[in-house]
Amino acid sequence: MFRAVVIGTSYGGLDALKAIIPHLSKDFPLAVFVVLHIGDNKNDSFIRHLKKQSKVKIKEAEEKEEIKPGTVYFAPPNYHILIENDSTIALSADPKIHHSRPSIDVLFESAAWHFKNQLIGILLTGLNKDGALGIKEIQKYAGITIVEDPETAIATIMPASAIEIMKPDYILPLDQISKKIIELSELY
Amino acid sequence: MDPNQFEDLENIDIEIPLFLEAIFQKYGYDFRDYSKAHIKRRLMHRMAIGKFNSISLMQDKVLRDKSFFISLLEDLSINVTEMFRDPEFYSSFREQVVPNLRTYPFIKIWHAGCATGEEVYSLAILLKEENLLDRCQIYATDFNRRVLDIAKLGIYPTQDLEKFNRNYIESGGKGRLSDYYTLKYGSLKLDQSLSKKIVFADHNLVTDTVFAEVNLILCRNVLIYFNKDLQNKVINLFYQSLSSSGFLCLGTKESLRFTQLESNFANIDSSQKIYKKRIN
Ligand SMILES: C[S@@+](CC[C@H](N)C(=O)[O-])C[C@H]1O[C@@H](n2cnc3c(N)ncnc32)[C@H](O)[C@@H]1O
Repeated sequence: MFRAVVIGTSYGGLDALKAIIPHLSKDFPLAVFVVLHIGDNKNDSFIRHLKKQSKVKIKEAEEKEEIKPGTVYFAPPNYHILIENDSTIALSADPKIHHSRPSIDVLFESAAWHFKNQLIGILLTGLNKDGALGIKEIQKYAGITIVEDPETAIATIMPASAIEIMKPDYILPLDQISKKIIELSELY
Repeated sequence: MDPNQFEDLENIDIEIPLFLEAIFQKYGYDFRDYSKAHIKRRLMHRMAIGKFNSISLMQDKVLRDKSFFISLLEDLSINVTEMFRDPEFYSSFREQVVPNLRTYPFIKIWHAGCATGEEVYSLAILLKEENLLDRCQIYATDFNRRVLDIAKLGIYPTQDLEKFNRNYIESGGKGRLSDYYTLKYGSLKLDQSLSKKIVFADHNLVTDTVFAEVNLILCRNVLIYFNKDLQNKVINLFYQSLSSSGFLCLGTKESLRFTQLESNFANIDSSQKIYKKRIN
């Protein structure tokens, strides 16, 4: 049984997330963590907007917060987000990675170490290579990996960089990703 | 499925506490109660860079090679900082804390975990603009001596100047940032009038104790690297160090919520994490 989903995206990510998160039900059984690159901007208004369209609980991740299923946690702007062994959230002000803080690699790597084969990793549209190493690490520890099909992604670099260094379990167009997540979440 | 596929991760969780214990025994630096996720990430990367096959092999190295320890210290002490980081904090500070400080004849300030000093100079600029700097004594501490040396010089690369300027303006700066520095050889040097009120000193929040009674403590983006127990311990150290009605300022993602001394502080600005010690 899976315990968590991690999602990483940058350019085009607002639209991509709008095509996924609103499909999750109120009692979606997994915790979801999202890293969305938005520079120094706040993401309050986007979160508010997404909440209106969604049934699942959505919030900004807080330091030392206990992880709960059925909740979507957004990394706060300017902080990396990591998963602790005791299933709480850690934030960090470490240097940027691929010019990004939060960085997808940081979340994916620490989630891979914690959730191992109970993790689903999803890399979507984006304009840099952040997330490629991270999703490779998820695969190393037997998590399921899904990469948006670069053919249909708004920005191809992010998904294409991942596909260059690993073989994802699924390469899917955006409109099929939520269905796959739900299907996987219902396994066992 | 391979039953041993997670063995390396399981071993790492055994090895890391032993590794941190070895560092503590040998060098006196105590990382045992830092955030595990943070430490793990840092050590795994150092292990990859140094091509070690395990944390235990790296432990052998750290016990026998002081210079390797120094590089680990750099890995584990994240020194990222900037001038007027979180500009809203500084504008709130001007509104909420400065009027109170005005009533003091003499103001003692402690910046804990000051890194390379940008934050300390930022506050000094604010205090100067409020005509308070002359009444202040600022102690700025960190446990990393290399960054303290940079802080003492007050010389920074100009590459971040645009960011600093933007932050300064957003923070409600009353003049121009360029009033406070001179440009030389592609670097900016902060004004002597700011640094004469600042003493930079080595202090470890985990292993050192109270060193002065102060009216204001700033400790921003340090506690996020600690676990709950250590956070409680350090907040207690701050509580002991603050004069009655003294102020405590934490980073925007840190808070006293769920800590043992929460009820001993009043919330002054809950989004900017400005607290005031209650009189009991
Ligand atoms: C991310 S920086 C924060 C700098 C600055 N306060 C800011 O918010 O921009 C964290 C600093 O805490 C220091 N630090 C970490 N552990 C410490 C300890 N046990 N005692 C003193 N300083 C520590 C590090 O060396 C580093 O300079």
